[in-house]
Amino acid sequence: MSPPISTRSAIADALAGWPPPVFDPAGPYAGSITTLAWVLLVMSVVVLGVVLVALWLALFGSKRQRARVGGTKAVWTGGIIFPVIVLTLLLVYGLSLTRSLTAPIRGDEMRVRITGEMWWWRVAYLDGEGRATMVDANELHIPTGRPVVLELESSDVIHSFWVPRLSGKLDMIPGRRNLMRIQADRPGVFGGQCAEYCGGPHALMGFVVVAHRPQDFAAMMAARRTRTVALSPQAARGAQLFADAGCAACHRIAGTPANGLAGPDLTHVGSRRSLGAGILPNNRGTMIGWIGDSQAIKPGNRMPRYTVLPGEDLQALAAYLEARK
Amino acid sequence: MPTAHVLLPLLLLVACKPPPDERHHMPQADAARGKAAIERVGCASCHAIPGVRWPQGTIGPSLDGFAERALIAGRLPNRPDVLAAFVRDAPSLAPGTNMPAMPLNEEESRDVAAYLYTLGDR
Repeated sequence: MSPPISTRSAIADALAGWPPPVFDPAGPYAGSITTLAWVLLVMSVVVLGVVLVALWLALFGSKRQRARVGGTKAVWTGGIIFPVIVLTLLLVYGLSLTRSLTAPIRGDEMRVRITGEMWWWRVAYLDGEGRATMVDANELHIPTGRPVVLELESSDVIHSFWVPRLSGKLDMIPGRRNLMRIQADRPGVFGGQCAEYCGGPHALMGFVVVAHRPQDFAAMMAARRTRTVALSPQAARGAQLFADAGCAACHRIAGTPANGLAGPDLTHVGSRRSLGAGILPNNRGTMIGWIGDSQAIKPGNRMPRYTVLPGEDLQALAAYLEARK
Repeated sequence: MPTAHVLLPLLLLVACKPPPDERHHMPQADAARGKAAIERVGCASCHAIPGVRWPQGTIGPSLDGFAERALIAGRLPNRPDVLAAFVRDAPSLAPGTNMPAMPLNEEESRDVAAYLYTLGDR
């Protein structure tokens, strides 16, 4: 059983809703961050209360109260000793709470390399040696109940990887590899969003994480490796068009001559929950709309408009890509 | 005021033309739910649809003023039952159209049609 398909865009899943996704953790790493956020919030409200009481006394209190608030003793205790103690305790507590986020990699975790691109995400599932065993884009499948190490890189500008219900934000910096752990405790679909302005359609750079029960995850990945694609006559014509129209210059489809690396890998595009990097539902209609004029949908993205293609060609291409599960 | 003498009868005439959703009578369909369905399946990736801010696709025709149109896809009568069937499975009604069947159930397709009938003259 696979998790239900999200009915909203990944970006809506990442940012909107009730409870707000940042306060609704679905795993331990996001959980410790949410706990810390609540502790900080409560602490700052308490301190604000103390300050307001002191201010009220200083303005409207009796002469004796005003003298006490303005005295050397009050300044030393309230202005220096109290903040030093509270902030030190908070620092120690916060660091110990979030220590798991930065703990060293054990080496037996599942590893995935995610590379930020303008304006999508390259996903590579890695083996123990760090070699890519499967390539995908804009969507990550993970098993529940175990940490997954993400190796975050960028191929152009600084992006930031953020799936609020699974972990915090971490920048993707050109020339660096930042490690982040995520974990989902139950099956589900979790939206993500690039959290560092990266130019043009940055706001339309979403991501989808799908968590499966471990046995479902293993079955899904095995099925992906062994699946043979049966093409209808329309889809077969789409395959020919894919080669003739030059799609293969930028897109790769494993098992075919299409080997372009500039754009998202389309080997499994038919099974993705979204198109255009987490922004559209994936169906025949949105696929046609995206191929025909993605510039109207995501202005500035690097895929040109294909308004030269007649409607039946767009349909054939969509049928072909839909079959690439 | 002479203007009032002219304007008042004119104002009464406005009521003679029923609002779009009364001309296309659709009991039990809900335009608000229809808009939600439109956003869920992504109709706007091909069509510019008033009320849907993003996206505004260009591959299909704009649906502005749809309630006023005589024909659907240039060949079918613009009636509620036809439209509800068309938004769900266009190729079966208009072979050769570039609009594919969309993942909508019968109720949702009626809601979508109800929303399109709110798009009248402005």
